[in-house]
This record gives sequence, C-alpha cells and structure tokens, in this order.
Amino acid sequence: MIWLQQNAGMLWGLTLVHAGLSIPPIILGFVVSLPLGWLAYRFRVPRHAKIAFGGVVLTAGGLLYAIPSLALFMVLPGILGTSILDPVNVEVALTLYAIALMVRTTADALASVEPDVRDSSKALGLSGWQSFWRVELPLAGGPLLAGLRVVSVSTVSLLSVAAVIGVNTLGYLFLDGLQRDFPLEVSVGIVGSVVVAAVFDAVLVLVGRLAMPWQKALRESRLTGVGEAAAS
Amino acid sequence: MIEFRSVTKRYAGGTLAVSDFDMVAASHRTTVLVGSSGSGKTTILRMINRMVEPTSGTVLIDGQDVAGMDPVRLRRSIGYVMQNSGLLPHRTVLQNIATVPRLNGVSRSEAARRARGLMQTVGLDESLAGRYPAQLSGGQQQRVGVARGLASDPNILLMDEPFGAVDPLVRTELQQELLRLQSQLGKTVVFVTHDIDEALLLGEQLIIFRVGGRVAQRGTPAEILAHPADEFVSDFVGVTRGKRSLTLAPDGRVLLDAAGRPAGVFAGHGDGRVP
Repeated sequence: MIWLQQNAGMLWGLTLVHAGLSIPPIILGFVVSLPLGWLAYRFRVPRHAKIAFGGVVLTAGGLLYAIPSLALFMVLPGILGTSILDPVNVEVALTLYAIALMVRTTADALASVEPDVRDSSKALGLSGWQSFWRVELPLAGGPLLAGLRVVSVSTVSLLSVAAVIGVNTLGYLFLDGLQRDFPLEVSVGIVGSVVVAAVFDAVLVLVGRLAMPWQKALRESRLTGVGEAAAS
Repeated sequence: MIEFRSVTKRYAGGTLAVSDFDMVAASHRTTVLVGSSGSGKTTILRMINRMVEPTSGTVLIDGQDVAGMDPVRLRRSIGYVMQNSGLLPHRTVLQNIATVPRLNGVSRSEAARRARGLMQTVGLDESLAGRYPAQLSGGQQQRVGVARGLASDPNILLMDEPFGAVDPLVRTELQQELLRLQSQLGKTVVFVTHDIDEALLLGEQLIIFRVGGRVAQRGTPAEILAHPADEFVSDFVGVTRGKRSLTLAPDGRVLLDAAGRPAGVFAGHGDGRVP
C-alpha cells in the first residue's frame, strides 16, 4: 500500500501513456480497414481472375496476425528508418494488428447488410457512394463495433509487450516486478491494463449507443416479437 | 405512359427472364402484372427504373428511352414500393418517408412537413413518426412503404408485391386503401402480384403471365373473367377463386370448397348462435 502511495504519480503516468498509445492504432486500424474491408467484400467472388481478390486481402490480413509482436517491434525500425526506442514502431505494429483483425470483420459486417435493404436504397435513388455511407455502413455498425471492441482490448493488451523494447507502458510494471520479485507491482500492472481496456470498451459501447439509436429498437422488437410476427 | 418494345432480359447465368415483351401501361391507370414466381414480372418492373438493364429492346417513359436517362435521377422520380416494405431499419418512419425529397434537395423541415402529411394520407397515426420500422406491425410498415413511394409526388408508382407479406385481413385493408388513394391521386401504377384476386381487384389493365415469362392474356378484369384465352387462364382465374368461395354442406356444419372437398367447419354466427 505504501508502495502504491509512493508511486501513484508514476502509475498514473504509465496508465496515461498506455491509454494514449492505444488510441491511434485503434482509430487508424478502423479507418484503414474500411476501404480494405470494402474491397474484400466487393470482390469476394472471383470475377476474371481464378482467385478472388477479396480472398487474397483477407488471407494476407489474417497472416499478418501470425507475426509475433516482439519480432515486429524489432523489425519495423529497419523498415521505417526509426530508432529502436521510437514509439512509432509500436504504433505501426499495433495498427497492422488492428487491420489484420478489422479487415475481415469489416468485410463480414458489410456482407451482413440485408440484400433487400441494399435494393431498396438503390431503388430510392441513392447513388452507390450515398448508399455506402448512409445505409450500408450504418447498418454494418453492429458487427463493426463488435470487431472494434476486440481490437481495442487486443491493442491495450499487446501494448504491454512494448515495455520490453523500452516504451514505458503499464507493461513496464510486469518487467520491473518480475525482476525485483515483487508480485504487487506485477498485479498492479495487470489490473491497470484491464482497467484501461474496460474503460475503452465502455466508451466504445457508449459511442455505439449514441451513433446507432435504432439498435435498441431492433433488440427490443426481437425480444417481444413486435413487427417480426406481423411481417411474416 | 410506360412502353416496352420487344424487351428481352437474359441474366448472366443464361436464364431467360423476359423474352420479346411488349407492353403499354397507360398514364393514370393501374396495370397489374400477375403470374407465378419465376415468370419475370419483377424483372419487367425493375427495367422501368433501371434496377435491371434489358439485354435488348427499349423501355420508354412518355416516349423517352430510359436507357438515355441518368439511373439515379430516374429512380428518384419514380416511386417504388416493395415486398417486406424495404424500409431502412436505421431510420425512423418520418426519415424513411422523407428520404427521396431530402435526396432531391428539399430542406429538412419541409421534407418532414410533407412526410407528416403523407402519414395522414396513408392512414398512419402521427405518434408513429419517431418509431423505427422494427417497432411497427407489418401492415404499418407497408403503409410507410407506400407513403415513402409517394413522397416526391412521382407520376409513376411501381409496386412489387407490396402486400404479399401481411396477413389476409390487413392485406384486404391495404388494398382498399390503395384503391381509395389511387382514385384521388391518379398515378401511373404498375403493380406486380401472384395473387389473382388482388390483380382483379386493383388492376384496370391485367397482364397474366404463364411460367417461363410468356404472356398468357391481357385485358381488363371483366374481359379476362368473361373470355379467358385458354385453359391456363381459366384455371388461374377460376381455380383460385373457387378455393376461396366456400359452401355450407347439407349437415349444416362442414364447409366445402368449389370441388366439394371439406375446407373447414362453420363455428357459429357472429352473434354467438350455434348452427
């Protein structure tokens, strides 16, 4: 307890750095995955080539996740020309992991939009671009948010590893605690990153509620069967 | 006026959906395309607003070839009502109805005002304006669909089995409502259905399709009922009607269809008297 009080400033600092470094990869991963996921969804079925372009994107994305994080942190400086201690390495690596997770989610989320609704938006006279932004993307929002929540938790957790290459995240507490054989410090590190992940998750859920007010109506109608029963 | 001149549609897989089809759908009249599924009637409907492009032939609206029109603007000028309403699930009733006026550049407040007016026109309570489609009954959803189709005051209204998914009671109600609306608005309506009763009720001009997309007969409901062109048409018109008109068997309890088969029992009079 005394240790906690004495180090409160350092712990808070590490938490802020950890949270701060988590945000860019989550947002960047989401933004980059949108066009990639759309391409993967759009060209899911082979047109002229023997192999579907969409399949290539999805497989490449999936394989990306197979690269060990530590190895990626080490290799990136060579590729990017950054110094080994530069947090940019970690940010780029985590963005790549976020993309690896999100591309497939995005493709699946877009594919989950009912063909009837797509048809209807076309028949109303929405252009392809309008239909994507105003109809398909919002309706894909549920699965997209679910994917983003996984990315968020995974990013927060992977960021701990960055402590090994000298980026001062909450992971530092594991390393230091292990070296000093001081379980309290290790536990604080674990609890800290869980708290950060939980806060991020809560924020995402809240943003989802505000951005997709219709989801509540959909959930309730599924429970009560209003509309569904009458429509069938 | 909507005109089809020897229109053929062959899909990429080789399926021939429509072959060498001609049609004139008169302005301010309701033309009903009726036939079983797979007879190409929805494909025909969708060639009017260029949701489907013909393989050959011409589709004209008031003498103008639709192939020369911008498809997006064309669709905004034509009302479209589909089965299962096709409402956008993430938009409220009011937003759904206001979609096309908003796309056409009408201000938010003006579009909302018009949408409220249309809700009244199609018999929807104003309290439903803020609901999402999932919070409505099937019949209410279809009413919203019709209101949305009418929102930009189009000359043409395309209806693709709009009442196919609602229960029979609500369907009857919606059909009467459409007749009332059409007598007031006088749109050029092209209506697709597989229900011959619905076709006879709503259509001023009927086109009956046989399986494979060939036209079996065209004419007014009276012409078709009086002089069915062949056995297929008389079957299509007669059998389905016979199934719906039940007669009371001599025992006073069992109800028989046109072929004399039991179809139900007489449960009692509306006032509770038992037979």
